[in-house]
Amino acid sequence: MNETASLRAPAHVLIVGGGGTGGALAHDLLLRGVRVTLVERGEITSGTTGRHHGLLHSGARYAVKDKESAVECIEENTILRRICPGSFELNDGLFVAITEEDVAYEPAFVEACLESGIPARRVSRAEALRLEPHLNPEMKLAVQIPDGTMDAMRMPLRFFATARHNGAVIRPWTAVTEIIVNSRTVTGVRVRDLTSGAEEVVGADLVVNATGPWAEIVARMADCDVPVQPSPGVLLAVRGRWCNMVLNRLHPSGDGDIIVPQRGLSVIGTSSWVVENPDDLGVPEDHVERMYSEGAKLVPAVRNAERRAAWSAARPLIGSRGASTGRELSRTFKCFDHAETDGVEGFVTISGGKGTTLRAMAEKTADVVCAKLGIDAPCRTRDTVLLPHSAYYLN
Amino acid sequence: MAELQTTPTHPVRFRVHRRKAGDSGGRFDTFEVPLDEHRTVLDGLVAIRTGQDPSLTFRHSCFHASCGTCGMRVNGRDVLACVTKVADTGPDVTVEPLANLPLVSDLVVEMGAFYGPFDRAGRPLVRESELLPGGERAEGIDVLTRYEDCIECGICVSACPVAGSDSRYAGPAALAAAARVVLEPRDADAPAALRFADDEHGIWRCHVAYECTEACPSNADPGGHIMRLRRAATANRVRRWFGAGRAAR
Repeated sequence: MNETASLRAPAHVLIVGGGGTGGALAHDLLLRGVRVTLVERGEITSGTTGRHHGLLHSGARYAVKDKESAVECIEENTILRRICPGSFELNDGLFVAITEEDVAYEPAFVEACLESGIPARRVSRAEALRLEPHLNPEMKLAVQIPDGTMDAMRMPLRFFATARHNGAVIRPWTAVTEIIVNSRTVTGVRVRDLTSGAEEVVGADLVVNATGPWAEIVARMADCDVPVQPSPGVLLAVRGRWCNMVLNRLHPSGDGDIIVPQRGLSVIGTSSWVVENPDDLGVPEDHVERMYSEGAKLVPAVRNAERRAAWSAARPLIGSRGASTGRELSRTFKCFDHAETDGVEGFVTISGGKGTTLRAMAEKTADVVCAKLGIDAPCRTRDTVLLPHSAYYLN
Repeated sequence: MAELQTTPTHPVRFRVHRRKAGDSGGRFDTFEVPLDEHRTVLDGLVAIRTGQDPSLTFRHSCFHASCGTCGMRVNGRDVLACVTKVADTGPDVTVEPLANLPLVSDLVVEMGAFYGPFDRAGRPLVRESELLPGGERAEGIDVLTRYEDCIECGICVSACPVAGSDSRYAGPAALAAAARVVLEPRDADAPAALRFADDEHGIWRCHVAYECTEACPSNADPGGHIMRLRRAATANRVRRWFGAGRAAR
């Protein structure tokens, strides 16, 4: 910490957005001695975070096409197992070859996994059918990798719980109505407490926009631009666990090629299209039908399994349009310092990424935030075991 | 990109409980929302917040009956809004917050009141999973695991006739959690869980109405678990009366 900073009160960072990224960022900044307030218009994890399929990625899905993401996933998978003990169904996953084309994909897939540091074991047809009795009997071979199942709400909630107990002020039901900009510097936000209707101004040394697919809408409130395109996908949950392990199709990523067993359900995902407004997604029935038909290629029995729920979740897809001079931290997520991209100080946006990499996104963003605030403190989240999720609700 | 398929919609009339901090009492606001037959009460509330009243507050997260946040009372029944289809509720839908938990705002209840006793039961989130019939464990997987059935939604507490009349009652969710620890302790403290449950404000306060088991959206069977705990507590007492050395203390 530089001398001026250490003489002042701790810097105050205001985070907009109560998804996994915002929670992990609050936790990271607290451990670096920063004062944090987080505001979220609804319940914590009510945006994209809580709605994803609940896959703790091994990274295998990205190994062939996007090694950087694959390496990031296996590193974070390993870290999350350590800092969130008891939070996952850890039964590994299988990538299953159904067609001869899938079989031809296998050598490159296994090689890419091993090169990325992802343990991958070839499993014969006979063994795979013993592990997964409901698998499509036409399947040819499989590869075992360390995928897992996460609770898409309760795992991120552990970051919020820990941040809150370390002193973060977490305010759900608090909507940002204005981002206050003075001489091209963000100095705080005006918020409305939706539980009372009361409005107030919350000042901050820096504001972070961590609103995922809403990032562009929120950035515009400060006349800044973020090239984020909300890209929803449909997910289908059917009753019953139809597999012991996470099942993926052994082919380049496509629609409906993942089945995640979770509690008493199996979640099949997903599809992809684009929208302008992440609040208005809809659930196209033809996509639901595709989840059934594609899922049935892996496990024929899901075809007739009872539909428990079908819903849409909006990925924050980072596009290349507009100001793309932001700090590119990885191909999967980006942190934009709006001083660089829009000439507005005190305002940073983080978007993109996925549930499995929430901690890494927070670390990289906290590095940017601390550098801007002149705070010299290392990240400590890799080894800090998080409080249980229920601690979020308890004082 | 191909056009997205749309399904015909019908108007659904929502009567939604409203109350903000400082209000002298609650009221109901009415909203009309066009929804197709597959859509749920939660979809309707999201549409109201997006298109008609951004000040409406309600809890939600996963949209598939796994997180338990959207427990609420719909046409008098305690349900998860995310799996309650408007095709089943009919065109008139009255939405109220869960009962027996303090109100924060509109449909939002304070979950600290739920998690206080629940956490005392000490139940781990993940349990051992049964293998699918005919299935084997994969190499390197010593124990197949899965999340507990209970999704901590508060619906059983809202449905419980005793929880409404006795604020000291531990409640069905916490007692069912204690039962899970007694049945499958893992590294948790089973004797402590039994002591927590074996109390006049615990398993002996239950009226055996089974409203909890009836309402549970996740087949966690809190009523059955309370009865299992009564048997375990009774057996434990009998062992203690006869001086058996291995009774849980």
